[in-house]
Amino acid sequence: MFGKLSLSAIPVSQPIPLITSIIVILVALGVLALITVKRWWPYLWREWITSVDHKRIGVMYCLLGVVMLIRGFADAIMMRTQQAVAIDAPGYLPPEHYDQIFTAHGTIMILFGAMPLVLGFMNFLVPLQLGVRDVAFPTFNSVGFWLTASGALLVNVSLFIGEFARTGWLPYPPLSETAYTPGVGVDYYLWAVQISGVGTLITGINIVTTVLKMRCRGMSYLRMPVFCWTALASCLLIVAAFPILTATLAMLTLDRYLGWHYFSNTAGGNPMMFVNLVWAWGHPEVYILVLPSFGIFSEVFSTFSGKPLFGYRSMVAATLFICIVSMLVWLHHFFTMGAGAAVNTFFGISSSIIAVGTGVKIYNWIFTMYGGRVRFETPMLWSMGFIFTFVIGGLTGVLLAIPPADFLTHNSMFLVAHFHNVIVGGVVFAIFAGYEFWFPKAFGFRLHEGWGKAAFWFAFVGFWVTFTPLYVLGLLGMTRRLQHINFPEWSPWLYISVAGVGILILGVISQVTQLVVSIRDRDRLRDVSGDPWDGRSLEWATPSPPPFFNFAVMPNVEGEEAYWGIKLRAVETQQLSPEPEYVPIEMPVNSPVGIYTAFFTTVFGFSMIWHIWWLAAVALVAAFAGFVAFAWRDVQEFEVPAEEVARVDRARRAAREALLERLSRQEALP
Amino acid sequence: MTYTGLPASVEAIRRVRQDPHRLGHRAHGPGEPVEGTGHGGTGPASKRIIVGYGFWIFLLSDIVIFACFFAAFAVQRGATAGGPTIGEIVDIRRVGFETAALLLSSYTCMLSFAATNARNRLWTEIFLLLTGLLGLVFVALELWEFVELAGRGITPQRSGMLTSFFGLVGLHGLHVTLGGLWLATMMAQVLLKGFRREIIHRLICFNLFWHALDIVWIGIFTIVYLMGSGA
Amino acid sequence: MRQVGTPETRAIAAAGRQHRTLEQHHPVGSPDDAERRTCLSAIQEDLSRMRGLRLRKGAPAHACRGPLLGLVSLGLASCSGGVLDPLGPVGAGDATILIDATVIMLAIVVPTILLAFWVAWRYRASNPRAEYLPYWSYSGRIEAVVWSIPTLTIMFLGGLIWIGSTRLDPFRPLPSETPPLEVQVVALDWKWLFIYPQQGIATVNQLVVPAGTPVHFSITSASVFNVFFVPRLGSMIYAMPGMISQLHLQADRPEQTWGLSAHFSGDGFSDMQFAVKSVPAADFQAWAAGARGAGPTLDQAAYAGLTQQTQRVQPATYGAIDPRLFDAVANQTLPPGPGPQPESPEHTGREISSGGKD
Repeated sequence: MFGKLSLSAIPVSQPIPLITSIIVILVALGVLALITVKRWWPYLWREWITSVDHKRIGVMYCLLGVVMLIRGFADAIMMRTQQAVAIDAPGYLPPEHYDQIFTAHGTIMILFGAMPLVLGFMNFLVPLQLGVRDVAFPTFNSVGFWLTASGALLVNVSLFIGEFARTGWLPYPPLSETAYTPGVGVDYYLWAVQISGVGTLITGINIVTTVLKMRCRGMSYLRMPVFCWTALASCLLIVAAFPILTATLAMLTLDRYLGWHYFSNTAGGNPMMFVNLVWAWGHPEVYILVLPSFGIFSEVFSTFSGKPLFGYRSMVAATLFICIVSMLVWLHHFFTMGAGAAVNTFFGISSSIIAVGTGVKIYNWIFTMYGGRVRFETPMLWSMGFIFTFVIGGLTGVLLAIPPADFLTHNSMFLVAHFHNVIVGGVVFAIFAGYEFWFPKAFGFRLHEGWGKAAFWFAFVGFWVTFTPLYVLGLLGMTRRLQHINFPEWSPWLYISVAGVGILILGVISQVTQLVVSIRDRDRLRDVSGDPWDGRSLEWATPSPPPFFNFAVMPNVEGEEAYWGIKLRAVETQQLSPEPEYVPIEMPVNSPVGIYTAFFTTVFGFSMIWHIWWLAAVALVAAFAGFVAFAWRDVQEFEVPAEEVARVDRARRAAREALLERLSRQEALP
Repeated sequence: MTYTGLPASVEAIRRVRQDPHRLGHRAHGPGEPVEGTGHGGTGPASKRIIVGYGFWIFLLSDIVIFACFFAAFAVQRGATAGGPTIGEIVDIRRVGFETAALLLSSYTCMLSFAATNARNRLWTEIFLLLTGLLGLVFVALELWEFVELAGRGITPQRSGMLTSFFGLVGLHGLHVTLGGLWLATMMAQVLLKGFRREIIHRLICFNLFWHALDIVWIGIFTIVYLMGSGA
Repeated sequence: MRQVGTPETRAIAAAGRQHRTLEQHHPVGSPDDAERRTCLSAIQEDLSRMRGLRLRKGAPAHACRGPLLGLVSLGLASCSGGVLDPLGPVGAGDATILIDATVIMLAIVVPTILLAFWVAWRYRASNPRAEYLPYWSYSGRIEAVVWSIPTLTIMFLGGLIWIGSTRLDPFRPLPSETPPLEVQVVALDWKWLFIYPQQGIATVNQLVVPAGTPVHFSITSASVFNVFFVPRLGSMIYAMPGMISQLHLQADRPEQTWGLSAHFSGDGFSDMQFAVKSVPAADFQAWAAGARGAGPTLDQAAYAGLTQQTQRVQPATYGAIDPRLFDAVANQTLPPGPGPQPESPEHTGREISSGGKD
């Protein structure tokens, strides 16, 4: 009746997951109770849960990502402290628990932390920057978000019902086959990642179609902001690479559930095939994360230098170059699997070639600052920290791309330090830069600058103190994923690393404090004009937060840096452009199909994990029924009357008049 | 394609008659790019183009999934683990009938879309029904093949080659089955709601899907069955 | 090292004194002097770069001393006991490439980072002396340079990659007058089995090799993926079930070191280390002769016992072997290890699958 599920699935004998689960459940119940008592459900349902507005979905993606980043960080704290205390000692985390923690850490950080944040930024910004009202498929967008949330939920459920995978974040067979890892852990991983992978693919299709087929009038390809180019490249990679993950995990699922032999140890299974397939996805995945991050930095560097981005076409070329070459390098993740000199040479050279595209971008950012007026507000601090951190991370990456050097450092702490160097320095720093930069646009008030700077410095120093010792440890021969350490001479480095984690914790606290303080002081920090940073692209032409239809009248773009041109003209002529003729706007209606589908998908995933076949069938049928019901609706859009559009836009124009006056009183814009 | 409000195929015929060498690329020739295509700086494309384009991108991603299963078959072609080889399990005659059914179903699908362009509900439903029945014949023949093989003890659990064989062919069969469910839903929608704009968009997507499955099948029966029986 | 009169160089000298104690283990003129000199030359390069910096006034130089000092002490620390302290030609080749590539990349990276910080500082908004070029966003000359620097670097590294990958391919036998020693390696859960087919003996979790003799490893796994790695001997390679990986290593002098598995393989992975002893050739013969005939036989029954999952396995020696055992393991005539057993206490409370069939 309940498949493999029984009361023994609850980890009563393991204090850490038990206590964590209890706390998480209490907090979740507390939040639900608060919402109920304050009667926020109708608002939440109408404005957020069933919303198909790309801005709302983008914010929800980012919220999901931030929450999961914190969970992933908690895993990281446990890992580093375990390694520090478990020197010639068992430590406080037994192997079967520690193995789950490092698996969860990797899976959550990449797939449920960084990916949703990057998807969130792309969802929020691309339509605004392109001057259009929404993405190509708004309702589909909502489905995609809720599927990602469903995957994240399944990962967290594994904390208190059953266990998570213990194989590392990529479940290499034969270890991940049922012979060596029976139990539900790998199944949790497989279903959570598959479901959220579908969600990611939906965003990929959405953004590609939006960028290629939905730009406002006058915005040809070479007039798009660079962030939109990087979003396009990243989503092209999503469309090309995520299906590989879907296929590979499906094969592993078939092996585990039906005893097939894709990757099994015997009867013609081929574990090396898994390694090749999964890294053919895995390498593009990190470029999916890092390309929009580069786009964020392009926006920040040009805005905070007061200059256009240097070498726009070069940046576009470099972006597409990286996009294509990233599909040709996957073997560098397993040079040591014995492919032979010729194959290793090819992939070593292709991996080094990617550094060309990245190097070009770094120099172009530097020359963006050259001749500018650089302001060192928090987003710019993150960007300078990125230059330092990512370039060094790239250096170690090129080292690892040389097969003989990799033969010494593969799977060692040197590798761990390298990929954290580039992912934290590249993606995480970009996320925080983008968060500080676009928060006023999304929520209508600025963030407290002092706490933002403190958070940056703690994060920057904390990162280096945590990860530099890991480089040393890798060179001393320490491999990754060790539950305890048999070499006391490594202890100084492990202790320094834990001290770094302490500094990072201060950074997290500062970041949270910044948010709390900013919310408390939001009236003082209000972004009245909609353009707090002297921005250059179209999202800064809207009020903060933008109305749900983004633009009262879609802009007509006449050059690169569309909004900068509008501002220049306004300052020159000392007036805003004439009031447009307001017409009614058609916008898509909200839809519960997203959360409905995700609910039944979660039930389906859970049932498949625990082999509750009847419930899985019911959930599948219910999900299909939901789709059909959704397809049956007669009303797809509603009309916003012209008076409403006019009212919103006139308020925006009043704020812009005030901004224009302020700009004119300062020295004239060049 | 230009958004002139006319159904796609009639417009295409008109343009070919007008300009046989341009073949739909008029937007890139001298003169203004056409509104509603999303080309140049003319603003967002029309909804029909956006829906079709997005579905093409989805189809590309689906083809990547098939590519991975093809790759697995290529790698494990010889991993028979002492069991039957590919040459011993393929039945060219039955596959011939399956191919005929599927290709014919593509033809009837195209005919149904022509009827849709002419806004003829009766013939749209008739040809959709034929498409579905032919697809059903395909799936039935494939299931029969699998059942027969299982009766001889030839199951995917036997070896790596059989796993990748059943996986690739089965994945395609699963797509056809899901397409059949979609087809049934579309038939109901056309029957009850007529040729609304969204329904026509979905029919466009369904057509693309069905034809893409056909292309994948050509790949499968060439690489798995024809090359396998020659092995 | 000479005493120089600034705080940072005095710190380096102190670090150098620490390094001199290492010289007691690696006396000047011994075969490993090359490695010590590689370390020293890396330090001297940093020193000269720092001296050059001292002549430049301003914030960037000050800012750089700290990190450079850190780099130097990192270099010193990593220099002993790990992969940068190789015992043989393969490790030396790998380490040389690693260090050379690092120096090449640093020559690009350090000026780039300095340029970034200098440009940011000079063109800060509060600096009235910096010119404001609000429309300057393209320069063909700069683009040419900017694309060329990474391209040329990568072309150079490409050559390094090609030559290095070919010369140091694990499958490539080492040039030597001495015939290679054959060692067959089986990765098990969670220990290493070493079979010496020429000597007719086997060991668990300890590897003894003659110094100065190339060793040809044939490596397979009887369970899941592992990686055979002796950091001070150099290159590592995967141990995979159903396959035989080839690796050629050599220890140039007698030394005690250690090896490990460098790919996570389950609960007992953290204890998959093994002792590696390189001894003079005569001592090796004596040890092998002494081990033969003494101790248990590694036959199929003993091997079946080894395939059970055990952790923290003590080193052991087998006095006699079944010569066809390794091949049987590699082509899976002998089935791979059975994995976790339901009765073992570590699995209380977790679901046991029925091998994928339901």
